[in-house]
Amino acid sequence: MRKKIGLAGLAAGISFLAMGSAQAVEIEYWQYVFDTRVEAMNQLIAKFEEANPDITVKHVTFPYADYQTRVVAAKVAGQGPDVVQLFYGWLDNFVAGGLIQPLDPEVFPYDQIESEFFPIVSAMKRGDSYYGLPTAVRSLALFYNKQLFEEAGLDPNNPPQTLDELIEAAKATVKRDGSGNITSEGITVSMEGQDHQWWREVLIRQFGGQPYSDDGRSVAYNDEAGLAALKFITDLQLEHKVGLSGFMDEGQAAFRAGRAAMTIDGTFRLGAFADNPFEWGVTELPANADGLRSNYASYFANAIGATAEGEELEAAQKFLAYISSPEAMDIWLDVVGELPARKAAALTEENLADPIYGPFLKGLEYAHTTIFVDEQAQRQVAIDMANRVLLQGQDPAESLAQAAEEEQAILDRFYNK
Amino acid sequence: MVSVARQASPAQSAGLWDRFSIRTKRVIWAWGFLALPIVFYVTIRFYPTVQAFWLSLTDWDLLRPATFIGLDNYKRLFADPLFWQVFRNTFTYLIIGTPVSLVLSFIIAFYLDRVRFMHGFIRALYFLPFLTTAAAMAWVWRWFYQPVPIGVINDVLQLMGLPQQPFLRSVNQALPAIMVTAIWAGLGFQIIIFMAGLRAIPTTYYEAARIDGLGEWAILRKITLPLLKPTTVFLVVFSSIGFLRIFDQVYNMTTNDPGGPLNSTKPLVLMIFQTAFSSYDMGYAAAQTVVLFTILLVVSLVQLWVLRERR
Repeated sequence: MRKKIGLAGLAAGISFLAMGSAQAVEIEYWQYVFDTRVEAMNQLIAKFEEANPDITVKHVTFPYADYQTRVVAAKVAGQGPDVVQLFYGWLDNFVAGGLIQPLDPEVFPYDQIESEFFPIVSAMKRGDSYYGLPTAVRSLALFYNKQLFEEAGLDPNNPPQTLDELIEAAKATVKRDGSGNITSEGITVSMEGQDHQWWREVLIRQFGGQPYSDDGRSVAYNDEAGLAALKFITDLQLEHKVGLSGFMDEGQAAFRAGRAAMTIDGTFRLGAFADNPFEWGVTELPANADGLRSNYASYFANAIGATAEGEELEAAQKFLAYISSPEAMDIWLDVVGELPARKAAALTEENLADPIYGPFLKGLEYAHTTIFVDEQAQRQVAIDMANRVLLQGQDPAESLAQAAEEEQAILDRFYNK
Repeated sequence: MVSVARQASPAQSAGLWDRFSIRTKRVIWAWGFLALPIVFYVTIRFYPTVQAFWLSLTDWDLLRPATFIGLDNYKRLFADPLFWQVFRNTFTYLIIGTPVSLVLSFIIAFYLDRVRFMHGFIRALYFLPFLTTAAAMAWVWRWFYQPVPIGVINDVLQLMGLPQQPFLRSVNQALPAIMVTAIWAGLGFQIIIFMAGLRAIPTTYYEAARIDGLGEWAILRKITLPLLKPTTVFLVVFSSIGFLRIFDQVYNMTTNDPGGPLNSTKPLVLMIFQTAFSSYDMGYAAAQTVVLFTILLVVSLVQLWVLRERR
């Protein structure tokens, strides 16, 4: 009797082992729904599975608005993804919540990451560990409407290269009706859009300051530079009257409708602007008088879920390595239009010569990324700062000081937790 | 042995059921049916409500386990100037929105009740906004409020030689601008309810009053309004709760800067939403929810008490 049970157990064990080796590992990949991203990822998964027949990747997507909540909820339920996409600004929360695990330096040598990716990848590093790798990155540039430039007598192939030229071009292209109301903006004023990034990482630096302390824990913009940067934006509306915050709701809507000669926006807008019914161009964000340029880059990175271990961890590492490979980046650029995160893949002659991608890529070389602890709340601080000046006529210096205090409180709350 | 047990058990259970009186059986059946919604409500409504009270005493942020922090969330809330701003906004929606919408809908219902010409069509027109998605409606209104040359309202002002107004881009005008759309959206429903109330008043009362020589104003004051009271009470409570919980109109009309500019339109529900789902500060959001719950409860009870039947 006992012998029989032993034999049966052995047989079961053997068949179990055999099954294990024959059965493919399944890992889950999570990202939010955005048609081209989903399409690109499907292509990448197909190629990956072809090269690794023993691994299947289940592609799970959620609407953007629910995405973070779903990831967090899944962790609470103990059913997290193996590879997960996250915005770089969410990293602190994801690490603090134990949603993702650090990349194994054996598999992803950190010195290679640092030498091969654009320097902004450092936003994925906490302590001594990297927590994720981007496939693609985004940067800002100045979009301009060639038709409106021509109508205003400007050279459509010679967009403004400095901040002063920017203001001159805006003054030349703005259109007003008899009562002085703007009917077509010279440049959009939209803190709700990308202007708050432009202010934070570009203008403040160009006026000689820096937005945050080096460790990112304190606000450093409450000074002359921060004030000059804020005034630069609010003056577009108040002093030069070349733009109007809220005109057609958003800067990008005004630009699309052909009612704004210039707007500052990111690579992610290329898709939306593709079928604009007029000729438009892209140029690097304007330099300051000394020729200093800056840019704000952001990205979605892919990280390995905290729950992945054993075979699944290995498969997840393989998959992550593949979707951060140059090959994957080329596919991503073709399908989504986002810039490759590796220098070698991005800075090819072909890409640099591209009239659209070129200016964005050049921007990446000197771009900064903000380490947000609560992106929405920090963005709100900047929006309110500008609104106090634009709508309530508050003194810019006071408004800036108030913003610095509010944002510091957000940082403190996070870092003192 | 086995067969005996088999025979015994149905007989026993039948005996137990038979021993109940018809009355008890009815009660059991009733509770059996009632149990389903009760279980549903307890798990879907009441349990989370109680849970929210508990969460409001913790610092839960979804990620880390919650720790008990006593009344800290409430202290933080009452010290937060944003909360008081939001509190004022919420009550502005309530105190202006409810009476204005009720008076308007009553007047419209009162006269619409007498209109015979295309009555159904006009009534449908008033009801239409109520059927429309709040999001779609808010977006259309957003464009109405735009500066020239996009915004229809400003275009009209311009034509009449008046200066254009900032509407949603103003700290003072944004809240009324949103309230107008909210009132307009809820009007159809209130009109229908008022008309149903008006129709329910027996015409004999009116005939008697007219025979006695009462004027229209006296009829309105002495007959229509008193007999319409149950309808009015319902609508006051219903519309108050609606305004206290206003969210979709505001959120959709100010998506780029929700509740803005400068929080001038932000209602309590939107603050709760942002605290919970963009800052993931669940404990703090729960405390705000408890405060909203208390406000709703107090306001509804006060209204029911003020408008109670005096015998």
